Amino acid sequence: MNSLLIASEVHKTFIMHMRGGVELPVVANVSFALKAGECSVLGGPSGVGKSSILKMLYGNYGCDGGQLLVLHHGKHVDIAAAGPRKVLEIRRDTIGYVSQFLRAVPRVSALDVAAEPLLARGVAREEAHERARVLFTRLNLPERLWSLPPATFSGGEQQRVNIARGFITDHPVLLLDEPTASLDAANRQVVIDLIAGKKAQGVALLGIFHDHDVRHAVADQIIDVSAFAAGRSAA
Amino acid sequence: MQSAQEQDSARMQTSGVAEHPLLAVEGITRVYGERIGCADVSFELFAGEVLAIVGESGSGKTTLLNCISSRLSPTCGRVSYRMRDGQTADIYKMAEAERRHLMRTDWGFVHQNPIDGLRMTVSAGANVGERLMAIGDRHYGNIRNSAIEWLERVEIAADRVDDQPRAFSGGMRQRLQIARNLVTEPRLVFMDEPTGGLDVSVQARLLDLLRGLVSDLGLAVVVVTHDLAVARLLSDRMIVMKDGRVIEAGLTDRVLDDPRAPYTQLLVSSILQV
Amino acid sequence: MNAPLTQEPTETLARYNFAYLDEQTKRMIRRAILKGIAIPGYQVPFASREMPMPYGWGTGGVQVTASIIGPDDVLKVIDQGADDTTNAVSIRAFFAKTASVETTTVTTDASIIQTRHRIPETPLQEGQILVYQVPIPEPLRFLEPRETETRKMHALEEYGLMHVKLYEDIARNGHIATTYAYPVKVEGRYVMDPSPTPKFDNPKMHRSAALQLFGAGREKRIYAIPPHTDVVSLDFEDHPFEIQHFEQPCALCGAEQVYLDEVVLDDRGGRMFVCSDTDHCETRRAGGHRGTMLGDPFLAEEKEVS
Repeated sequence: MNSLLIASEVHKTFIMHMRGGVELPVVANVSFALKAGECSVLGGPSGVGKSSILKMLYGNYGCDGGQLLVLHHGKHVDIAAAGPRKVLEIRRDTIGYVSQFLRAVPRVSALDVAAEPLLARGVAREEAHERARVLFTRLNLPERLWSLPPATFSGGEQQRVNIARGFITDHPVLLLDEPTASLDAANRQVVIDLIAGKKAQGVALLGIFHDHDVRHAVADQIIDVSAFAAGRSAA
Repeated sequence: MQSAQEQDSARMQTSGVAEHPLLAVEGITRVYGERIGCADVSFELFAGEVLAIVGESGSGKTTLLNCISSRLSPTCGRVSYRMRDGQTADIYKMAEAERRHLMRTDWGFVHQNPIDGLRMTVSAGANVGERLMAIGDRHYGNIRNSAIEWLERVEIAADRVDDQPRAFSGGMRQRLQIARNLVTEPRLVFMDEPTGGLDVSVQARLLDLLRGLVSDLGLAVVVVTHDLAVARLLSDRMIVMKDGRVIEAGLTDRVLDDPRAPYTQLLVSSILQV
Repeated sequence: MNAPLTQEPTETLARYNFAYLDEQTKRMIRRAILKGIAIPGYQVPFASREMPMPYGWGTGGVQVTASIIGPDDVLKVIDQGADDTTNAVSIRAFFAKTASVETTTVTTDASIIQTRHRIPETPLQEGQILVYQVPIPEPLRFLEPRETETRKMHALEEYGLMHVKLYEDIARNGHIATTYAYPVKVEGRYVMDPSPTPKFDNPKMHRSAALQLFGAGREKRIYAIPPHTDVVSLDFEDHPFEIQHFEQPCALCGAEQVYLDEVVLDDRGGRMFVCSDTDHCETRRAGGHRGTMLGDPFLAEEKEVS
């Protein structure tokens, strides 16, 4: 089968101990599959849990039940049950992530931020930097910014660094959390092209896009997350 | 010196194939009469991993660090270390000579206050070169060159090699302490609040330096800190402690972004946003 | 019974035990000495006694000498190489009084030589004992003030710190600047402080035919080097150990390759260099050797030419 990632009956609830232990169900019974070469889009209104699903797939959030099976090193591994080292290995080799906000580290240049996932896989520094430069150029990131730490960049510039970092490797699964939110039309198109390129390479993508046009251009299937709403009233 | 790529490949191979932990901590407990220093703490650390032990004052994190780094005998429990020859040894069953040798070669310990980890009355070069001399290096020129190389790696100008640490700022002293520890290329480094007491900009520089060194040298690190930002920046995994016990443990970003235990949620929500 | 008004010195007045110390103390010190000989270079703690001179005046050396001296021994005492300084004279007189031993200034006639800070130039023979007065026995003391730590370092043979000191010297001065109390390694195991003898004398300790004993009274340590033991000065491969070299021979006896003292002659900068070892100098002069100060024109001419 060419399903690279399968979610099966996943559910999650936040327990807010700081608010007297109130329970905030997020999602329940989440089930879907991601196929190689396709881009799936998580749809639904704001707050329905789309971001949480992405984060559970990346191991950034824990999940309370169900399975998240990813094809990793030729075998199916359940991210939900995997230990920390295994999750790190999956992130290094199998699942990439374009986060919504860039966590800027002082003194690390944009080039280094983008190149890091390649360096973690043993690619030589010069080659990793070169690939980062190629992506930056495509994303129209001004060259004078490349050697600067991104902390002082605009939202759009930071986002492009994030995108480069996420797209730079050959991970078979790519998660995208609002990758075009701060971009102008020209750069949105670049992202659409990048996604198309990944699809052609057989990568399975899962993304959240608020922009209708982008969603329309890239989506091969829409997963309506409100179907997984855990029976709570709208916030 | 291997290139970063060769080291990375070597690391990838070993982390994939050799599934033996570098350091195995089992049931470490230290009590002081009725008081608990730390209770029943267990974890494993693999080569190239950074583990943060996080907690507030009195959480037992420093007690735990001292127990696992052989500076404080635990009341019960075991700490096992995989030596360079592949053999695993119980560090508290080792002969003292062997343990002291280990601490000077394969291990490093970075103190919160650099004065505790340096000889203040000898030059920076002698501070860095001491470990080399302790393992038998007898060529002054080579020792001095190694010292200069390491000073430059921690961003201390080479012309300070003959200056005493008494003349250094806090941040420089801390970097010197790091160089002194790393000169014998240890595989495991313990750090006790390495950025404590430093100015913010100095902290940032030091953390970035540590990140780079950890990555370049494939170091395994156990870092004790009360600063969650330091934990997020430096560590892959995290242990949260309170009153001597482990409250929560896991991937650093998971524990910080999706804290489960009430105390962890309290800690995370207490961070001031800048 | 009426006591007489004056008292003649009689057998009933208290007298000193032979060599001042009581026999039990001598036994204790001999045990320490034996242990020191068995472990060359290792500092053996001993219960240092109160002596009739204060700390810092050679009480350690005196206790060692007092424990080994016998009525047939011949004692020589030197201070910085000289037999005639105040301290040497006093200590010699002390043993003459308390042990009634024969004393001498001639190195070759002595069976025990107590010394402060110099080794005689004349090579010592089997059967002779050299007793050193030691102020600070611990070579690592100025780098590591904790006794607990230095004991561990000796026990575990952790001597990196010693080389740190030498490194520091080279870094600061371009060469190892230690000129006295130069640390040595004994029989390949213990690092030892040879007492504040000039490094010029270090080679004399190596495989000496005599027994060398070291006493530190204030610090309460005894150590020893048995005869024919390896004593190697510490150094670096690229900064090997070197002794001091003097440009001129002794001005009185013309001796070369000996340690010289500087003597100021007038207040116009006039000075001469003479043998530190007074016995050596006298013996040479008795044998006809003359230095430039004693007006040997032939010798002066020779030196000018070369």
